Amino acid sequence: MNAHNPLAKVLPALTFTAMLLALGAAFLYAPTESVMGDTQRIFYFHVPAAITAFICFFLVFLGSAQYLRTRQARWDRLALCSAELGVLFGLIVLVSGPLWAKPIWGVYWRWEPRLTSMLITFAIYVAYLMVRQHGANAGQAPRLAAVLGIVAFANVPLVYYSVDLWAADQQLHPQRNVGLQPEMRYALWMCFIAHFLLLALLLLRRLDLARAEEAVEKLRQRALAKADY
Amino acid sequence: MDNLHYLFAAYAFIWTVLFAYIMRLQRRTDELRDELERLGKELGESDPATGE
Repeated sequence: MNAHNPLAKVLPALTFTAMLLALGAAFLYAPTESVMGDTQRIFYFHVPAAITAFICFFLVFLGSAQYLRTRQARWDRLALCSAELGVLFGLIVLVSGPLWAKPIWGVYWRWEPRLTSMLITFAIYVAYLMVRQHGANAGQAPRLAAVLGIVAFANVPLVYYSVDLWAADQQLHPQRNVGLQPEMRYALWMCFIAHFLLLALLLLRRLDLARAEEAVEKLRQRALAKADY
Repeated sequence: MDNLHYLFAAYAFIWTVLFAYIMRLQRRTDELRDELERLGKELGESDPATGE
């Protein structure tokens, strides 16, 4: 993060404070759910992590489309860094979900529409990162990954609307727009704010790192050229 | 409550993953700083990171 950017100074403190408030809201402020008990408090980080992952996947889509249009490295960088964070938040969703499911549904995993579509989406973005890491030479990788980044995003609406698209008897997840008590809703919003701030902080740091990696690579090439000369 | 260990496991996992990711970013940043310093010396130039 650029040290001259005023955001660089306030964002870490803001994120830390928001995370503390989110934990307070999830554990102290929100009432205990009458059927699921305290296990339901997983919801306050599970759902915002899922939405944060979707935002990351949208940024991959945006960065990929813009890269193919303009061929500017900054868009490719945005797509790559967002994909990494999308996989991070996706992993949180895929692990916290089954830990919530076990005491409520009696099983860690069921091949129901939302779980399955989320797992497939996660696997595609892991594949995206693997393409970047190992799959093609430096010239081809951004283009290949950009195409994958655009195609992969088609899965995201499928995950989000999966509870509407398949028959109710095949679902374990509740329908969208479940009614929440006001205190639960406020706690959820606090957790959303904390997650969005965390995403902004991590993304800015990751973009800085990507820029530094590119600068080092250029210097490395110059050092090699100088050694050859 | 009987199922508190699931709640504990979920939050422990979330914080462990986030902490591990931040540590990874920090480690990579340190590696790059060392690499920049080494390359700067090799090329006989000022430190590209600081401009000094």
